Amino acid sequence: MITTDICIIGAGPVGLFAVFEAGLLKMRCHLVDALPQVGGQLSEIYPYKPIYDIPGAPEIKAQELVDNLKKQIAPFSPTFSLGERVESIERQEDKSFIVTTSDDTKIHCKVITIAGGLGCFEPRKPAIEQLEAFEGKGVTYMVKDPELFRDKDIVLAGGGDSALDWTIFLSNVAKSVTLVHRSDTFRGAPDSAEKVFHLAETGKINLVLKSNIVKINGNGKLNEVLIEASDKTVTARPTDYLIPLFGLSPKLGPIADWGLQIDKSQISVNTVDYSTNIEGIYAIGDINTYPGKLKLILCGFHESALMAHSAFKHVYPNQRLSFKYTTVNGVNAF
Amino acid sequence: MINITVLNKAGEERLLEVPEDMGLNLMEILKANEYNVLATCGGMAMCGTCHVQVLEGMDNLGAHSDAELDMLDTLPDAESNSRLSCQLQINENMDGAVFKLMAEEDIAV
Repeated sequence: MITTDICIIGAGPVGLFAVFEAGLLKMRCHLVDALPQVGGQLSEIYPYKPIYDIPGAPEIKAQELVDNLKKQIAPFSPTFSLGERVESIERQEDKSFIVTTSDDTKIHCKVITIAGGLGCFEPRKPAIEQLEAFEGKGVTYMVKDPELFRDKDIVLAGGGDSALDWTIFLSNVAKSVTLVHRSDTFRGAPDSAEKVFHLAETGKINLVLKSNIVKINGNGKLNEVLIEASDKTVTARPTDYLIPLFGLSPKLGPIADWGLQIDKSQISVNTVDYSTNIEGIYAIGDINTYPGKLKLILCGFHESALMAHSAFKHVYPNQRLSFKYTTVNGVNAF
Repeated sequence: MINITVLNKAGEERLLEVPEDMGLNLMEILKANEYNVLATCGGMAMCGTCHVQVLEGMDNLGAHSDAELDMLDTLPDAESNSRLSCQLQINENMDGAVFKLMAEEDIAV
């Protein structure tokens, strides 16, 4: 059990800055994010894009901003559970919460701050009938442990970098590797594409181009995929695993089931302190909504400051909060 | 003003009258008309969450940028008539075009 003052769900720029605002008020934070790294969409989608509206930074690359935020919050020693999705929250008798993640990590906290952006980044799933029924039974969307595929027949689907990279990597692990791609060219890294074509020429992998997987079959466990070529002919290919690799897309996920007031996939908050309809739970950044809401990082920063000052009363109910500028006492590390 | 037709995922058609002189793109128009388009990246051709198929008027749209083609290539359901709506500037050439929403729509709760 991890014990902390504030559990922040989402480690994007706003979730990270909330650690700073909480830290100034002597509140410790633990952050949970479904992605394996911090930074949210900045790191995941556009790390090299310059951002121009961060006050005091005329131009800063998205990843640079994330790195700076990490440096800024380091004195407050935040702890992280990365690559885990928050599944449930349970209110305790003393009004505190226990947050449980997909890996069964449990976090005991006095306040929950949801800084989930557009939700959890989850694998984009192709429209194949029964796909979800076979999840964990031969269908998987990521390669966590390549050894799982040792001496197995596997089929990968996709045309992006990760499909190419894993095809190359797993060609040395699996018994057979088949890559199915919708078109006959790869726009990913030219080196990787060349390697994949070379592996196909030398018979190390099966490359099935201009084709789509249209159906999967199995009996309690996946045992074949049906691949449709551009001339509409369908071929069955026996396989132990199917790994669709079509990138990530954000989904609200379990947050929708916690009794929060939700309006069009966003959490309604009170702009006095960005509190939700559940006492002790706040929502900041792109995931919240209120009249006049602007989805800007700088607005999320402002929201995190007000949230922290309000959260103080849940963390230190018997103390009076005295507001101080950082210029007065500096930043006192934990 | 120009007219475009939009089909949502359920196949319901709407005719939209849109201004062609305000520097807007199709993703912005879709959002302004209450379509539940995520547009995660805000219009950089980097997320694929504003994917549309062009049912009519494909030839009148500008060419794909590299970034757009790269992104479309990663989508499971992209076809030769696929575009990212954030990359389609509204202009008079779009008059009469028909678009079908393809992007995953989060269920509006």
